[in-house]
Formats: sequence, structure tokens, C-alpha cells
Amino acid sequence: MQASPFFSINGLSVQFKTRNGIVDALRDVSFSIGKGQVIGVVGESGSGKSVTAYSVLGLLDRVGKISGGTITFDGIPLANAPDKLLKDIRGREISMIFQNPRAALNPIRPIGKQIADVLIEHAQATQATARGKAVEMLRTVKIADPERRYWAYPYELSGGMCQRVVIAMALACNPRLLIADEPTTGLDVITQKATMDLIQTLTQTRDMSVMLITHDLGLAAQYCDHIVVMQQGKVVEAAPVDTLFKHPQHPYTQALITASPGPSSKLADLTPHQSHAETPAQLKVQPKTQRVAEAQNRDLLEVVNLVKAFPTQTSKIARPWKQKNKHAADFLAVNQVSFRIKRGESLGLVGQSGSGKSTTSSIITRLLDPTSGDIIFDGENITQYPAAKFTHLPQRANIQMVFQDPTDSLNPRFSAFDSIAQPLIHLKKLTQRQSLQQKVEQLADWVDLPRALLSRFPHQLSGGQKARVGIARAIAVDPLLLILDEPTSALDVSVQAVILNLLHRLKQQMDISYLFVSHDLNVVRLMCERVIVMNQGQIVEAGPSDQVLSHPQADYTRALVEAIPHFTPNPV
Amino acid sequence: MNLKQTIRHFHYVLTENPVTFFAFFLFGVIILAALFGPWLVPYDPLATNASIALQPPNASHIFGTDQLGRDVFSRVVVATRLDLGIATSAVALAFVVGSALGCMAGFFGGWADRVIGRLSDTIMAFPLFVLAMGIVSALGNSVENIVYATAIINLPFYARVARAETFVRRDAGFVQAARLCGTSDARILTTQVFPNILPPMMIQISLNMGWAILNAAGLSFIGLGVRPPDAEWGIMVAEGASYIISGEWWLVLFPGVALMLCVFCFNLLGDGLRDLVDPLRRN
Repeated sequence: MQASPFFSINGLSVQFKTRNGIVDALRDVSFSIGKGQVIGVVGESGSGKSVTAYSVLGLLDRVGKISGGTITFDGIPLANAPDKLLKDIRGREISMIFQNPRAALNPIRPIGKQIADVLIEHAQATQATARGKAVEMLRTVKIADPERRYWAYPYELSGGMCQRVVIAMALACNPRLLIADEPTTGLDVITQKATMDLIQTLTQTRDMSVMLITHDLGLAAQYCDHIVVMQQGKVVEAAPVDTLFKHPQHPYTQALITASPGPSSKLADLTPHQSHAETPAQLKVQPKTQRVAEAQNRDLLEVVNLVKAFPTQTSKIARPWKQKNKHAADFLAVNQVSFRIKRGESLGLVGQSGSGKSTTSSIITRLLDPTSGDIIFDGENITQYPAAKFTHLPQRANIQMVFQDPTDSLNPRFSAFDSIAQPLIHLKKLTQRQSLQQKVEQLADWVDLPRALLSRFPHQLSGGQKARVGIARAIAVDPLLLILDEPTSALDVSVQAVILNLLHRLKQQMDISYLFVSHDLNVVRLMCERVIVMNQGQIVEAGPSDQVLSHPQADYTRALVEAIPHFTPNPV
Repeated sequence: MNLKQTIRHFHYVLTENPVTFFAFFLFGVIILAALFGPWLVPYDPLATNASIALQPPNASHIFGTDQLGRDVFSRVVVATRLDLGIATSAVALAFVVGSALGCMAGFFGGWADRVIGRLSDTIMAFPLFVLAMGIVSALGNSVENIVYATAIINLPFYARVARAETFVRRDAGFVQAARLCGTSDARILTTQVFPNILPPMMIQISLNMGWAILNAAGLSFIGLGVRPPDAEWGIMVAEGASYIISGEWWLVLFPGVALMLCVFCFNLLGDGLRDLVDPLRRN
């Protein structure tokens, strides 16, 4: 390593001009990256990770301004550099992999052409040679049959493959610094591992420096040499990986490490101690006597041979009057799935994207009709009611759901109060303003949502607060079964820890059964007694969570478990 | 508290963007003229006086007088109400019917979508102005029929915007959540989805408004709908057109400019309106 680092940021400050005045997005950020080094920039949302990356490439919004500090790349100052220089450097010297690969690709241009464009733009190839080089790049990122895929459009590829194409584009001109901004968010663990391994091999063989921006400590631990922890626009700690995880200095780093669920952590360990000591005693829900009185061991839900078939590429849209071809093979999203959930039990449903877990949960929620199979809920076969009818039945209140994306699942025009009041009005016929107010406030207390926030609209709430609103809405009508569809995947780890504890507390207080759908095995292990693993629409393994996750039997489960990036958190 | 917030927000939207401010100012002037026009003008817009016919703009008649000696300024101002009235009612009608149809098409899909989609395609397949002429001459030459004709030719635009905006929200998380809350489809459509498609619809309304005014004026220009002595910009331009050659430019210019300003104002208003109705831009 040279005396002066290859890439360095010194005292960088960035300000954003908003209608509420000037906001400091970055305050005095400094770190450096040596040649061939991999630096992890870790922090929760709003910590300024992405802003740092954008400032390096001069991609800040018009309202953002670098107000101080320097960025030096191989001796060239980049802060407030002229556009012409940045344009030259971007892509050729420094390139970037974005968070959402689909958004980063032009949807109406073949992927090969997009790679060729980059090569031609930076004079790395001529019109004649670009095609061959692009195909070569596709081969490098391990895309099978690259000659044919050259002509593929982004929508024809899976999320993981799109990310590979983006990597190919980023590496096409052999840049010397790669900035990867949450390159694997939205990808499941197995694809994440494949993508990260690919980035690692490619950058190592090219002696490239990498700045990996992530919120996942495990990922950073596994792939980085050095980690920079950011909080609210400031670097709070920077240390080599080993030192950071063994001896975290800053309280924020310590909190982050504690909040990340590892293979052996307990639910109560995730949050600082004072927070669950405050579980208020007066919030004790009255035990539902009639529910508890019933046989505890009875099955609440029994799913029998559930099948959901989706027609594949039929002419149904083009020719609606034509009957579907009976012989056309349907795509079986859910194939002969059977399982049971006992009263008060939590069952984890695990699998990568496309495994059919969301379809299964939609069918159980009765938002979707199965092709065949039965769902016996509380002693009654509820598949006899079509999904459209089920909405109006009294049983509706017994099965509720917490959605994956807290933002998408709240109506942007409804205040938190209105959202929570919806099920009460429609299912419990609670129309009196006063009792409604009382009930909603009580629910807000249960989920630790300050009452003052009830009048706010979703965009005025943080991710964690929105998640609480979603949970309050789901438990408003005292459901027997709550389906949690990746309830924490959109949240920061520290918020996730709090929400998981909240869910755990609610389950005990209200005697609800959970069907916990997730791809995060560590979270499932914390929350569920039993787990079922799905792959390609079928159950590949089922059993007690600890056993399945520590001694997986099926190959698929093993691959899933091994793909989780690990760091061993030391008790702080 | 809430009203105060709204006012503050309104103030912010207006001061942030001078173009929006200008558009709202112009809009205020137009509304004022439409509401109080008859009491603001110096002369009776219908009173003829042959002795002062075709006077160029001067101190007592700032926009001059027409071939019958009527004050052009008074006529331009008074015409605002009729022109705006036709356009507003036509747009309101098109908005209500169009967004209802479009929402249904987008939300339920299937046959509803196909029937409504082809219906609006059929309307759009005609040259719209010719279609409007046809409708007015078939229904009868009256102001109401101009309103209906303008509404019908604008209907597909609303239906399409509403359909597209509803379609992308049909399976949104909050719609699913509403289903879980026992909300019926009709209710979901009206209380959950429709309010969320209002911002793009507002822009459509504002763009369409200018267009509807032009359309109404155009129909009058060719002699449909509004009938002579009534003051209306289209007729005034039509009547004045024959005097351009003899140099009496003010007969055409002033109603024409009024028309132009009106259309211009509504087009500019779109962005401002969106900022006002979109809760995401409220902070």
C-alpha cells in the first residue's frame, strides 16, 4: 500500500436544502480505501451511506451540495469536480452497482446492448468489437448461454440475473473502484451468496477496491476487510473486521451487533435491557377465557394437499372467448402442501423467492382461491367459501395478516388512526366515535405506538412506526391466526429487534397463532417453535426450528442455512 | 389546526414556484370575472349603438367597440361566465363518468375492462372535434348539448388515466389489507383507491379544462351552440374575423387573447393543483 491511500474521503460534509431548512446529511466523514481493499460501510437507513456513495460519483440530487471536505481518487480531487471530469471517471475508473438491479437496467433495451453501450461510451470497444466483449462479460458473470442472453430484456431475467448483468456493466471497463450500494437487498440468501461470491472473485482477480454499502453486519463481516460504521451522517467507528466484532468501541456499534440475530442469539438478547423491562403491566390483555378453556392441543389450522396452479402463457388475454387449452402445463406455485398449526403455536415458513411461500400464505389468508386442497380452520373447511365471499363472513376476523412492506400496505391517504380503525368499523361494526377512539388508542398502546402519532399520515411515520400501525390493524379484531409475511424485512436491524420482541409479547398476551413467512432463518428460529421449508412449491423439510436449522436434512435446507452470512457476535 | 396546516401548505405551494403563483393569480382573475362580470363592466354587453360602431380602443371603450357599437371590453368580461360555465360543467361531467368507468375497468378487469376500453377507443377513433360537431347537430343546437358533446369527447381521457392509475393500485398492500378488514370491493374502490388516484386526475382536469374551453369556443365559432347576440369568445372571434381585412383588429384580438390566457392559465395550474392535493408533498 502506498503512503497516500488510493482513495480517500476527508472531512466530507453534505447538506440538503429542504423546505424545512438545511439538513446536514453528512458531517465530517473521513475514511480511505487502499488498493484492492474491501471497505464495508454499515449503518441503518438515514445514516448517510448512500449519500456518501453518491457524493463520490457526483450523483447528488440538485438540492444536495458538498459543503466541505475533499474526495481524492488516485490523486484527483472529486469533490465539486466539473461534470466533464466526473463523467469520464464514472464507469471507467469508479463504477457503481445499485440497490435495485431492475431499476438500474433500461427495460426496453437488450441487456447485451446495454453492456456494449458502456464499452463504447468509454472507448473500450468499437461498434465492431463491442458485441464480443459484452458476451465475454456476460460469461464472466456466469450467465449461462451468453450469446442468446445478449438479446434478453431485463424482464425476462430473474432478480439475481439482473444483478449479474448490472455487475457485468459495472465491471465492463475494468474500473479501479467499485461502489456496491446494497447490492443484494431484495435477493434471497442463496442468490445473495452467489452474487456476493461473484463480486468477491471478480474484484479480487482484478485487484479492484470495493466500497460495499450494506445494513447487514453479517454480510459486511464476511466480505470486507475493514468496516466503517455510520450513524446520522457521521462515522462513529472504523476498524478492521476482526477488531470491530470482537471489541466494538462505540455504543452504537455495540447496539447494532446486539440487534443482529445470529445462529445462537435469543430474542431477549436483541434489545437493550431497559426496553423490555418496560413491558407495561397494565397493558395485560385479559386472557380470552373461552379460547384458553378450549383444548390447548387442538389444531387451529390444517392445510391439506393445497395446490395452486397458474396458467402458463396462455392465450387467455388475447382471446378471452377461447377456453383454456386443457393440456397446457400449468405452473404449480404450490404443489401438494400440507401442514398443521396448533393453537398458540408459531410456525415458520421458509424458502427463497419463488418457492411458493407467499402464494401459500395468500391462500390461507383467503385472498386467493386454491386450485385444489382444503384449509380446515378452527374445525371448519374454509375453502368452501370463495375468496370474494370470505371478506364478508364473520370468520374473516379470525385470520389476519401483517404485510411485508409497511409503506405499501398503508393507504397513503389514511391517517394511522383511520388505518387501525378500518377492521374495527367493518368487522366489529364499531361505529361509535368514542368507543372507536378508545379501542384504537388501546391498540396503539399495545404496540407501543405513541398516541400522538395516530393523527399522522404514513409518510410522516418512520418504518418502525408504520410496522406498528400494520400490526395494530392486524390484531385489532382479536384474530386466532396471524400471518406475518416477512414483517421485518423492510426494517433496520435495531427496529427489527424491537418489532420481533413486540410480536413475541403480543403472541403470549393474546394467545394468537403465528404463521411466520420469512427468508431470514435466524429470525424464524427466534420466533417459531416449528418450521417448514419450501422449495419450488413443495415442502422439503419440516420439524422443530432448532433441529431443522442446526441439523438440516434436505440438501436445499442445507444450502439455505449455509448461505446466511455469519459473524459471531460477542456478548457485549 | 388542520385548516391552519392547509393554509400553510397552500402558502408554501404558491411561494415555492412563481409560475404556480402566476397561474393561481390568473385563475383568481378569471373566476372573479365569471362570478361578478356583469356587475363589473362599464357597459351593457348587449346594448347596441350604431353611432359608435367600430371605434378603435380609446379612453371610454378601452377594447374598442364592435360593428353594432357594443363595448368589446364588457363583452369579453361577461363572456367569461358562459365559456367557463360550459367548460366546467363539461369537464365535471366527463370527470365523474370517466373516472367511474375507468376505475371499474382498472379494478375489476375482465369484461368490464374490455367493454369500457373498446368504448373509449371507439370515441377516440373519431376526429374529436368532428364528433362533437356531429353530436351537437344530432342532439340539437343548444348550450346544454355543447356541454354533453364536450363531455363525451373528453370522457376517454379520464377513463384511461383512471384505469391505469387504478390498475397499478389494484393489488397494492393497502387494498389487500382492506380486504382483510372485511371491506367490500365497491367500498375499497371508493374509499381506498379513488382518493389515491386524485392527484393525476387533477392534472388531467386542469389540462382538459383549457382544452374544453377551446372546444366550446370552437363550436360557437362555427355557429353551433351559443347564438348571436350572447357574448361568447368563440362567436366574437367569428364575428370579428371578417373585419380583420378592413383593419378592425380589436374585434378579434381581445376575445382571442382572453381565450388564450384562459387556456394558458389552466395548463399551468396543473402542477400547482397536484402539489396541493398530493399528501406526499405535504410535510
